[in-house]
Amino acid sequence: MGHSGINVLIEGTNLTRLLGGLWTSVWIAALSLLIGLALGTIFGMLRTLHNRVIRFILMLYLEFFRIVPTVVLLFLFYYILPRQFHINWPASWMAVIAFALWVAAEFSDIVRGALQSVPKHQRETGEALGFNNWQLFRYVLLPQAVQLELPATINLATRVIKTTSLLLMISVMDVINIGQQIIEANNQNYPTGVFWVYGLIFFLYFIIDYPLSRWAKHLEAKQKQ
Amino acid sequence: MSWAIIQQSLPQFAQGFRLTLWLSLIGIIGAIVVGLISSLLQYFRLPVISRIFDIYVEVARNTPLLIQLFFLYYAFPVMGMKMSAKTCGIIGLIFLGGAYMAEGFTGGFKGVSPNQIEDGRALGMNNLQLARYVILPQGFALSMPALAANIIFLVKETSIFTVIAIPELTNTALDLIGMYYRSNEYLFVLVVAYAIILIPLILILNWLERKVRYGTFGD
Amino acid sequence: MAEEILKVEHLNKYYGDWQALHDINFSIKKGEVVALLGPSGSGKSTLIRTLNGLEPFKDGTIFFHGQAIEQSHKSWLAIRQKIGMVFQSYDLFPNLTVLQNIMLAPTKVQKRDPKEVQKEALELLKRVDLADHAAAYPRELSGGQKQRIAIVRSLAMHPELMLFDEVTASLDPEMVRGVLEIIKRLSDEEHMTMIIVSHEMNFVEQIADRVLFLEKGRILEQTPGKQFFHEPQTQRAADFLNSMDF
Repeated sequence: MGHSGINVLIEGTNLTRLLGGLWTSVWIAALSLLIGLALGTIFGMLRTLHNRVIRFILMLYLEFFRIVPTVVLLFLFYYILPRQFHINWPASWMAVIAFALWVAAEFSDIVRGALQSVPKHQRETGEALGFNNWQLFRYVLLPQAVQLELPATINLATRVIKTTSLLLMISVMDVINIGQQIIEANNQNYPTGVFWVYGLIFFLYFIIDYPLSRWAKHLEAKQKQ
Repeated sequence: MSWAIIQQSLPQFAQGFRLTLWLSLIGIIGAIVVGLISSLLQYFRLPVISRIFDIYVEVARNTPLLIQLFFLYYAFPVMGMKMSAKTCGIIGLIFLGGAYMAEGFTGGFKGVSPNQIEDGRALGMNNLQLARYVILPQGFALSMPALAANIIFLVKETSIFTVIAIPELTNTALDLIGMYYRSNEYLFVLVVAYAIILIPLILILNWLERKVRYGTFGD
Repeated sequence: MAEEILKVEHLNKYYGDWQALHDINFSIKKGEVVALLGPSGSGKSTLIRTLNGLEPFKDGTIFFHGQAIEQSHKSWLAIRQKIGMVFQSYDLFPNLTVLQNIMLAPTKVQKRDPKEVQKEALELLKRVDLADHAAAYPRELSGGQKQRIAIVRSLAMHPELMLFDEVTASLDPEMVRGVLEIIKRLSDEEHMTMIIVSHEMNFVEQIADRVLFLEKGRILEQTPGKQFFHEPQTQRAADFLNSMDF
């Protein structure tokens, strides 16, 4: 054999390519979260209103995303947007849309729960001070809800990051896809390369997600006190 | 959308459907067993062992199933451990699910009030009896919401098995799309198939959750 | 002379650097009722919990029937079957019916015959006027009923000594009497040996053969019950009795 498998990581530009792939995964996750959280906040607020029609539509929306696995979601957008709506964007953009709408659905539920758990007298105090509905959301309910929903939001972010691993299925050049290419290209020289490349990717996901989930747990423990 | 094409594909989907159900079932049962054992070990803080299980839970929860599967399916054979795709899928699902279930159970066990545990001790129960008669039944009920969420999550995660070519539902659909270029029909059947599994499952789990919730004991 | 059931010698207990109990010495004979009195934070609850192995202690010895109890999980498990304890929080197991609550430990811990235990449990329930609640779940009961059942649950283990830790402190006033009456009958009719922590001074005066007065983790005096309430031996105990205003 002559070569130790771990050297596959430092051969040529392999490591920079892997990190480049990781960057693709990270920006897709970040952008999806950004759009999804904004959209989810609006949906969540709408779901606390008394309008039955809006609430019903948003509930159907949430349930749809709850039932359809994310892989399937990804393919729905990947196949249907170009063919039915003639939107021919790069696959990474399709992924952002799919993830963002999924995040919006999940987050709307978190926001609704947090808004509803703000004590009733807080709302009444605000009303007594002459706030209108929007001001009530903006100055009284939302700031308190943000505190409550932070741990669940961080957990959602860790899920989105893990879900970026599915990007290779729609041919996005993410860290795993590039990893596969490196493994195939170096199979002759480094038969154990597969172990090291996937090991590194495994580790990369872990060092991104682990601190986040620790942080969420820490916040949860603090809130319980 | 052509109904004829949908109809022709149904036998293939039926096979994928059965496989998805079967793999989910084994995976979920395995995950519950692994989760229960690891959270009990963590609860009683057995030295070394509970530390090992701590690490397992963190690693499994903070890495994607897809890369876990790749590791099992592609990297393990290099070390001389070759397993079939289905075996890898089940092991991966139990590995991932066990960690999620452990978290859920731990949350439930921690919710059992210290007074209850003291009552049990004062009645002369040893740790095993305490676990069996006080902590498990009450903690189980308290962790039911997390348990239900995890079950649904794991069923959906079986869709990722397609990356190692296990012919479950998603893989069936992608295969058909690859062969006949009819994405609308096959994706439609795929979504409906998941709905057929998940909607009744969600309803049953909701019902169960209400049933075991403490407020309704004795109703 | 009646047999000595429990004896405590030179018991010291620490929470970190802070000493919660200082050189505790006392004993209790079969059939005797001992009350632990003292201001809050005096160590009464810590002491009574120590007697059931729920709190570990640093040094000193507890004897049960003249045998020193080893400070191990295993020996306490055996002792707890002979020393019953009821707490301030009237916690029944919420997932079990009243009857199942009572039968759980005798059948699972002591492995006694379920039929025999059930018969006895129903008998005990009848004595606390709760026979028709055997199939009820705890959430359907009042605090006072739950506490009476907690006592029955403990008695079903056939303890030789009962520990009552502020068992009426969390109850609504109208529930208190029923619970105290059961404890009193237990002493009068069954001659049960008991150690009681309580703030119900009238009750303690009626029932206690002896009072241990504690302050800051020390036993300041051990006085026969009736005498304690009329001529306590220490000024601190006199002040305490005055402050209780009963």
